[in-house]
Amino acid sequence: MLQNAYPDQIAGDFYTENFAKKAAEGSLILNLGPQHPSTHGVLRVVVELDGEYILRAEPVLGYLHRMHEKMAEVKTAAQFIPNMGRVDYGQALGWNWAFVGAVEKLGGIEVPERAEYVRVITSELNRIASHLLWWGAYLLDLGAFTPIMYAFDDREKILDILQIPTGSRLTYSYFRIGGVASDLNEDCVRRIREFIPWMRSRLPMYKDLVSDNIILRKRIEGIGVIEPDVCQRYGATGPVARGSGIACDLRKTEDYSVFRKLDFIAPTSELKDARGRYDVRMIEMEQSLNIIEQCLDMMPEGEVLVKGAPKPSWKAPKGESYFAVEGARGKIGVHLVSDGGKNLYRCKLRAPGYCNLSLFAEVSQGTILADAVAILGSLDLIIPEIDR
Amino acid sequence: MPAEFIRILIGLVAVAVSVGLIGLVMVWVERKVAGHIQRRPGPYEVGPNGVLQPLADALKLVGKQLFMPDGADPILYWLAPVLSFIPVLLLFLPLPVGDGLMALDINLGLLLILAFAGLTVLSLLLGGWASNNKYGLLGAARAVAQSVAYEIPLLLSVLAVSFVAGSLNLAEVVKGQGTWPWNWNIMTQPLAFLIYIVSALGETNRAPFDLPEAESELTAGFHTEYSGMGFGLFFLAEYANMVVVCSVATALFLGGWQGPVLPGPVWFVLKVSLLMLLMVFFRWTYPRVRFDQLLTINWKWLMPLAVLNLLATSFFVKLAQFTEVRW
Repeated sequence: MLQNAYPDQIAGDFYTENFAKKAAEGSLILNLGPQHPSTHGVLRVVVELDGEYILRAEPVLGYLHRMHEKMAEVKTAAQFIPNMGRVDYGQALGWNWAFVGAVEKLGGIEVPERAEYVRVITSELNRIASHLLWWGAYLLDLGAFTPIMYAFDDREKILDILQIPTGSRLTYSYFRIGGVASDLNEDCVRRIREFIPWMRSRLPMYKDLVSDNIILRKRIEGIGVIEPDVCQRYGATGPVARGSGIACDLRKTEDYSVFRKLDFIAPTSELKDARGRYDVRMIEMEQSLNIIEQCLDMMPEGEVLVKGAPKPSWKAPKGESYFAVEGARGKIGVHLVSDGGKNLYRCKLRAPGYCNLSLFAEVSQGTILADAVAILGSLDLIIPEIDR
Repeated sequence: MPAEFIRILIGLVAVAVSVGLIGLVMVWVERKVAGHIQRRPGPYEVGPNGVLQPLADALKLVGKQLFMPDGADPILYWLAPVLSFIPVLLLFLPLPVGDGLMALDINLGLLLILAFAGLTVLSLLLGGWASNNKYGLLGAARAVAQSVAYEIPLLLSVLAVSFVAGSLNLAEVVKGQGTWPWNWNIMTQPLAFLIYIVSALGETNRAPFDLPEAESELTAGFHTEYSGMGFGLFFLAEYANMVVVCSVATALFLGGWQGPVLPGPVWFVLKVSLLMLLMVFFRWTYPRVRFDQLLTINWKWLMPLAVLNLLATSFFVKLAQFTEVRW
């Protein structure tokens, strides 16, 4: 096989060396990443290849660790909100929500009803944007260059809308403890109402042009079958679990915020493969549009931030709280422990991508390299969220 | 044969110039078409509508440092891009661009093209192997398996046409076809044309069969380590190869330079451009197939179909000969 240019030096770092110890005769150890086009950032996967077949695969994390959890311990609760926008750039508002939700639970703070609706609208818009980003990038992984441009066209509209109330386009820190920072103004509501029919007209086009394409179907049907018990063992949530037929949408099961009043379905798929996860996300985009439309109709007038909302110097009362929301990638959970001091004592962030990625090692065994890329993409990984 | 020698020399110079030009034009066309498919303008800044963009790109490539990774085999590493480019130049020699307008009028023109086209895979193998890169190696392995597999249906489909025409000389094949579309070989050999186009995509490593350089799996496949003009030559060879397979398709199936009203070379260029555009459209609209699927398509579909087509063709050709003799 290949010659090592420096035989007296270590071939690769600790992970590679450790991984190579168990390598089979005549196999090829390949590092996919951290700089690799299909890993969407800095994920690194060490794979052992026999020809094109993967014998073993092991994700290596930590290239984008920014110690958000530690940062929570040196800031007050309100000061930590901007960090939540940077954990997951795909759906920043989901993380915003999980954190402020946990703080509100800890402090017993009521949220005005209008603020709840605003939260649902903005985070569902953000979910569509996240799914569009996934959709485009996934097809790029599968070698189709064009869909990402169309996806970004639509995503751009969402970012333009979200820019009005939030003031930012990607790393939002829009939610506040006890509400949201600003109300949706008339212009914003009008643009959302314009966006819904636009997006509804786009989704069937994507189905005709891309989802039903024979090459795409051959690439994702029957690939990366994840059994429900594997999902449960690794704690997979979100579209990954729903794509394996597990009905586990927190919007349905936990009934937080105003989701009880809304009429929508949390799609599941019995296919269990990459196609199942693909379909789930495509249907979720439609459902999110339904949710947004209903919210716009049902939204009451009123304040969007509770009177006497916590100031940055506000001290969380002593205690513990856990709050989870359904993010675009699954269950976003925030566990807070406060000792009543200025800063939070501990903040544990539960990232859905971490659990979803961990089952990759098991699922990818025995597949072809190209399928591994298809499986990795179908998990919808956002690396900053996994490393935190 | 000094006269023949001079003819080939002139032909080679003309080919070398036109390959460079075609490369530049195709880069622009590809990027512009891709842009419009993707709802963006494409190259726009350099020159009117970005027509000078490929020139700027080429200058940039020429200016880049030529880099060779540690542990690479220097001779094979630098031989590979050259080897990918030179045979492509020879492929143009027996192509009839117009009536009698060809550099090398030999009876085995088609065979020459197929033989030298087979050399391309050697350069991919060398490039991938010599660069001491695992992605390169995987890409090279894919390239070999793919090119070898797709050469067979390509050959069989081409053979069917030459049976009908009774010649391996491309000029003869073109002359055997008429002016109007219903006189072209595509009418009698539609299946062969289809097989040829699919195999040609596989042979030239174009999407959706661009597996040797599948960037989502192998970063850049066999040319991962090449920089500057090392990469540039591979790139140019890819476009030149596209031109060759499209030209051969034009000559064999679409009546070559034959066509009403307009002069021959114009028709030839038009038909080739049409096929090239088709290939560009394929690339920017389809996802990439998987490697085992690629070989399945070849061995289970294209090969048997091509063989059947060849058998049927030879049967009818023989039948026609018999009836002729009896009359």
